Amino acid sequence: MHLVYPAVLAALLFCVGLYGVLARRNAILVLMSVELMLNAVNLNLVAFDVWLRDTLHAGQALTLFTIAIAAAEIGIGLAIVLQVHRNRGTADVDRLRDLAEDAPDPDTDHEHREEKAEAAA
Amino acid sequence: MTGTALSALAAEHVSRGFLSTSGVEIVFLLVGLVTLGAAVVTVTTRQLVHAALWLVVALGGLAVEYLLLTAEFIAWVQVLIYVGSVVVLLLFGLMLTKAPIGRSPDADSGNRWAALGVAGAAAAALVWVVVDAFRTTWIDLDGAPQGSTKVSGEILFRHWVLPFEALSVLLLAALVGAIVLSRRKKEEER
Amino acid sequence: MSTTTTAVLVPLLPFLGALAGFLTGRRAPGLVRPLAVLPTLAAAVLAIVVACRQGGDAALDAATRLTPTGSVPVDLALHLDGFAVLVAVLVGVVAACVQLYSTAYLRDDPRYPSYAALVSLFTAAMLLVVYTGDLMVLLVGWEIMGICSYFLVGHYWETEAARSASLKAFLVTKLGDVPFLIGIFALAADAGTFRINGIIATAASGGLDHPTLVALLLLAGVAGKSAQFPLHTWLPDAMAGPTPVSALIHAATMVAAGVYLIARLLPVFAASAAALVVLAVMAAVTMVGSALAALAQDDIKRVLAYSTVGQLGYMTGALAVGDRGAAVSHLISHGAFKALLFLGAGVIIHAAGTNSLAAMARMNGLAKRIPDAYWTMTVALLALAAIPPFSGFFSKEAVLGAAEHAATGGAHGIPAAAAGPAGWTVLIAGLVTAALTAGYATRLWLLAFRGKGAEAPDHGREPVAMNGVLWVLFVPTAALGLAAWKLPDWFDGRSLTPGLTTSVLSTGCAVAGALVMYAAWRRTAALATRTPLGAVAADPDASPAVSEIEAIASHEPVYGTIAAAPDPGDPGRLLLGPLHRHAVTGFHLDAVYSTLFVRPTRAAARLARFLDREVVDAYVRAAATAPGLLGAAVRRAQTGNVQTYLGALLAGSVVLAVTAVLVATGA
Repeated sequence: MHLVYPAVLAALLFCVGLYGVLARRNAILVLMSVELMLNAVNLNLVAFDVWLRDTLHAGQALTLFTIAIAAAEIGIGLAIVLQVHRNRGTADVDRLRDLAEDAPDPDTDHEHREEKAEAAA
Repeated sequence: MTGTALSALAAEHVSRGFLSTSGVEIVFLLVGLVTLGAAVVTVTTRQLVHAALWLVVALGGLAVEYLLLTAEFIAWVQVLIYVGSVVVLLLFGLMLTKAPIGRSPDADSGNRWAALGVAGAAAAALVWVVVDAFRTTWIDLDGAPQGSTKVSGEILFRHWVLPFEALSVLLLAALVGAIVLSRRKKEEER
Repeated sequence: MSTTTTAVLVPLLPFLGALAGFLTGRRAPGLVRPLAVLPTLAAAVLAIVVACRQGGDAALDAATRLTPTGSVPVDLALHLDGFAVLVAVLVGVVAACVQLYSTAYLRDDPRYPSYAALVSLFTAAMLLVVYTGDLMVLLVGWEIMGICSYFLVGHYWETEAARSASLKAFLVTKLGDVPFLIGIFALAADAGTFRINGIIATAASGGLDHPTLVALLLLAGVAGKSAQFPLHTWLPDAMAGPTPVSALIHAATMVAAGVYLIARLLPVFAASAAALVVLAVMAAVTMVGSALAALAQDDIKRVLAYSTVGQLGYMTGALAVGDRGAAVSHLISHGAFKALLFLGAGVIIHAAGTNSLAAMARMNGLAKRIPDAYWTMTVALLALAAIPPFSGFFSKEAVLGAAEHAATGGAHGIPAAAAGPAGWTVLIAGLVTAALTAGYATRLWLLAFRGKGAEAPDHGREPVAMNGVLWVLFVPTAALGLAAWKLPDWFDGRSLTPGLTTSVLSTGCAVAGALVMYAAWRRTAALATRTPLGAVAADPDASPAVSEIEAIASHEPVYGTIAAAPDPGDPGRLLLGPLHRHAVTGFHLDAVYSTLFVRPTRAAARLARFLDREVVDAYVRAAATAPGLLGAAVRRAQTGNVQTYLGALLAGSVVLAVTAVLVATGA
């Protein structure tokens, strides 16, 4: 089999995931896109492992590890998203603008104050 | 693997031409197209739950690709962990964050055109580099399967035991972390 | 105790007193008066002791060198000759009198401690100037006097007049001091030493390379300090200071320092005929001009100030004809009677509640209220007008006699080329000024003590400290003339006794001036009673200083100018005629200075400010604005949206990766 096929497929999947990470608003959709990117990498690893006929099968082992880590990541990521949603009432990535210098949105400002009160408590 | 071996491999397959059409390749291409399409729908659909379902299609397609690349153990792991648990987790997450069912008009944020540009540029660069680099490279899928369960088990528990165990600790830590993070605040405040 | 030790103590005591005054003035108010009076009094006594011991013998020299100071050494040197010890006695006595007088005059002043300490410091500086034998040390005392004068003139800094007067005094004297400093350096460079003895020896042997230049440079400093034309304009304005300060600094001592310095360095000046002629012309212009200006002044203290300028002109005139004995003897007698006049003027201002002669001319019986001041001042005015047998007559006769000597070719010690012109200039100007001096003295006396109108207010007797001091100073004023036969022993040995020709001439001029003034007064006195004029102080029962502050502050609003009053009853106005308008302003010299120096300086300052604000600051502001704008532009990227950041990051990575690939492949 031509190596270009899996390699190009992996590159395209990676870029689709990249687009999703940058363009999606909902945090969970962003996580899905991250999964797509990880899988693109996995495909690459497997393809090269098979091509190189590595006696240690490092590519496959790494793929397994990546899958495990991805599972862990999705667990932690979802926990964070849930926490954010619980505190802010939204899981929209582009409304979490506490890093902005000034002029936060009116609604987040409101919640901002609530959060501060919480922190004070 | 040495350079001479590589050149020997290349010489063996040189008769096939650039766009040879073995059955495996055709299947790989078709499944790849489906996978890519499902992935594109995943990142563009306005219905959040559909995105998760299309993600299942994309991940399943990838599992098939693994099978085609003779990495069967990884394919099953892919199906079990991704399709079985990760997507379910994501669906739970969607429900818990009260994601709207049906079309939501604002699924994409304002900088999607910038994102499109970046992704497009990255795709162009990557594809160009990859095609340029591996134009004349073939994978030899004949012979013993590269990723049967037996082979995978042997290399995992023979050569990769230590990272494997470390990974189990990482998973445990992630488990504990997820529980701590998603616990209700009220208990802390009390 | 040796004479040298005693002489060191003379300037040291007031200095320590000043130091103690500055340190304890606030914390121990009870100590202020003893600390002010006692060291100065002790210094005066010690000065007299030194004078008696020195006794006009050969000069006493002592020097010590604290540390090497490079090419030209600076010594702490004492030089005690007849001039030094006698001038020191004058300084000590007048300073003690003024300190005593001030205890009463400024009795309620909250700033009295600093005032007394400054007067003590001034006294120390002046005594240092008198005793020192080294020009650098002299310069130290000279500048300390200048800064003390600045602070003391500005003592009533609540009034605008005092503030501007102190600044003016400081700036104008500094204007002279800069060339003075250069002159000292030039002198030391020529002579190789700062010691006055060495310099004089060099000058006598003709070792000075540029005697005219050095003499003219020194003359600038002297003109500034001694208020000689054209740098005299600060002195009349300095009358905005307290009266005791005027008596001490601006009549008896500091302004005499310039004359004293020329007397010490006379051989340097005598080495240059041009410098002597300049000195003579300067003295003549100063004498006549200031006497005319004095005729037009309304403020009693300004009359006395211009009179001081004129009398200092006599002294420089005597120096121009090479007779320093006459100059210093006039310095001493003038110091005594002018201090008396100023202190008496302080009493008058307090009693009358005004410093305006026009207002006093409308008061009846002021003389009866203050008999001590009346009698002592009458005698002092007679001395000022050089009427025999008072002290002023003898010293002024000595000056005129020296001038006549020079004019008729009898002078020695100065170049023959300078003797004739200088002698004639000084003699003629001196005679004219004698008449004018008698005129303004008479005018002062008539307007102050012979006023007609409402009864003068009665504030009771003046304090004993003030009246007593007047009588102390009365003694030298009346009797110093007797010393004219003794003084040559202390000085250069040239006769100071009056000659017949000049005595007759000058006394005749004086009497004529007085009579003309009296006649004019008889004509105008009737007018005075018809035109009411004048204002008196609001708090007549407060301490004298308060009356003076109010008088100074109210003069300009009431009369229009600080110098004159629109008084048709003023005999000076009748006599001066159209000249009066110019004489009031000191012949517009201030306006000339304003045009020549003040306005260009201000214009330059405005230009500098414009350049600084609009040109230099423009770059500074641009340097601040450019990063600011850049920051604002970059800040717009800080939206807080993580996706934007990530997008930018990845776009950058793509660009970098593509670049890296292109470079690696060599494309």
